[in-house]
Amino acid sequence: MQSIKYAAPTSVEDAVDVLAEYGDKARVLAGGTDLIVQVREWGRDVGIFVDAKTIPELTELAMDSSEGLTLGAAVPCYQIYGNDAVRESYPGLIDAVSMIGGTAIQGRASVGGNLCNSGPAGDSIPPLIIYSAICNVAGPNGTRQIKVEDFCTGPGRNCLEDNELLVSLSLPAPAKSSGAHYLRFIPRNEMDIAVVDAGANITLDGDSISEARIALGAVAPTPLYLADAGSALVGKPATEDSFKEAASVCREAATPITDMRGTIEYRKHMSGVLAMRALRGALTRARGGDVNVH
Amino acid sequence: MSTKMVEGKTIISARINGQTSDFIAEPRDSLLDVLRENLQLTGAKEGCNNGNCGACNVIMDGRLVNSCCVLAVEANNTEITTIEGVGSPDDLHPIQESFLENAALQCGICTPGFIVSTKALLEENPNPTEHEIRYWLAGNLCRCTGYDKIVRAVQDAATRMQEGSK
Repeated sequence: MQSIKYAAPTSVEDAVDVLAEYGDKARVLAGGTDLIVQVREWGRDVGIFVDAKTIPELTELAMDSSEGLTLGAAVPCYQIYGNDAVRESYPGLIDAVSMIGGTAIQGRASVGGNLCNSGPAGDSIPPLIIYSAICNVAGPNGTRQIKVEDFCTGPGRNCLEDNELLVSLSLPAPAKSSGAHYLRFIPRNEMDIAVVDAGANITLDGDSISEARIALGAVAPTPLYLADAGSALVGKPATEDSFKEAASVCREAATPITDMRGTIEYRKHMSGVLAMRALRGALTRARGGDVNVH
Repeated sequence: MSTKMVEGKTIISARINGQTSDFIAEPRDSLLDVLRENLQLTGAKEGCNNGNCGACNVIMDGRLVNSCCVLAVEANNTEITTIEGVGSPDDLHPIQESFLENAALQCGICTPGFIVSTKALLEENPNPTEHEIRYWLAGNLCRCTGYDKIVRAVQDAATRMQEGSK
């Protein structure tokens, strides 16, 4: 049986030292709900678990009304949806963290871990994209910032070097008169992986749209930021017709595969359907309404 | 460097069901492994061993977790409640009484996980709706009952516990 070590660094610098020493044999452990299973079931080759939860910056959840949200990479889902200020400001993120796995998974699983696992269907990644999240990454030469839509590079792959650590995510404070919604389609009611998932964030200027961001999951090798679909909405009235145009851009931009969860044709169709629903939910919230999510 | 390192066997100390327990674990051991094999607390079951079924659920530092998806070394200095800490054959917890009286189990493999999950639910939300119960228990799988009797047992347990606390 392969022997694995465990490290519990207490600072970002110490964690980076361990990562630098062990290279591709080191894996950062947040909630462990993906990593521990991958080691046990897939025989993933890990030489050392580097526990992220013993580092203060990775367990910090800080809200500032002008700066926005700083979300430590190892903060578990339940702490996010248990925070009233985050619920108030980032409902599109709450939509996702309250549907990842079940209650016991949400007790451990983190958004940072979900992002670093870099699954094409990672539930929390489209919400991060629509909220313009920035990844704060630490390495031996200091820190760098990466736009979240540029973070994932393929299924299970991302732009982190072996000696780099995702410290936190910064989400700017939402604009006034903005609203966001995220949803996914699964054949079950809970506890499943998305066939397609979508998020939208729109800002209103009166009855017209001044800014829009749309993201899709499970329809490409990485979660997709649909910049063109968003810009197609800018300056348009917030109506079904405008949304249909953006949804059509989404459908065309999706490049899904056929697998056990759905076919290419079905996933492309659902990309448009879910983009419409995400936009309608975002509009409802931008106007101060509630969206019933489950 | 102030990084604590564990290589090979180490001693872990946790409060389990109200008692301090010291046990030996390696980094690759799950909490479920040590509960069952080192501490003979075999109430938590290994169902899927990948976080889907909830049969191994325990409460760690007040949160419901899948013990198969927690490393034993992460349990150091934590407080853990397993099904053995919920009640005993001579002194059943109201949730256990409700599960028995509502016939909320058949083969019984999933039952410890359901009862531990229900305990965590009712501690956070003493009077849940049916929808909240089903949503909270979505991570517990039962292939026998069809869930309806489990939901009724949880509703019954909530009533008993609220009356008991009056």
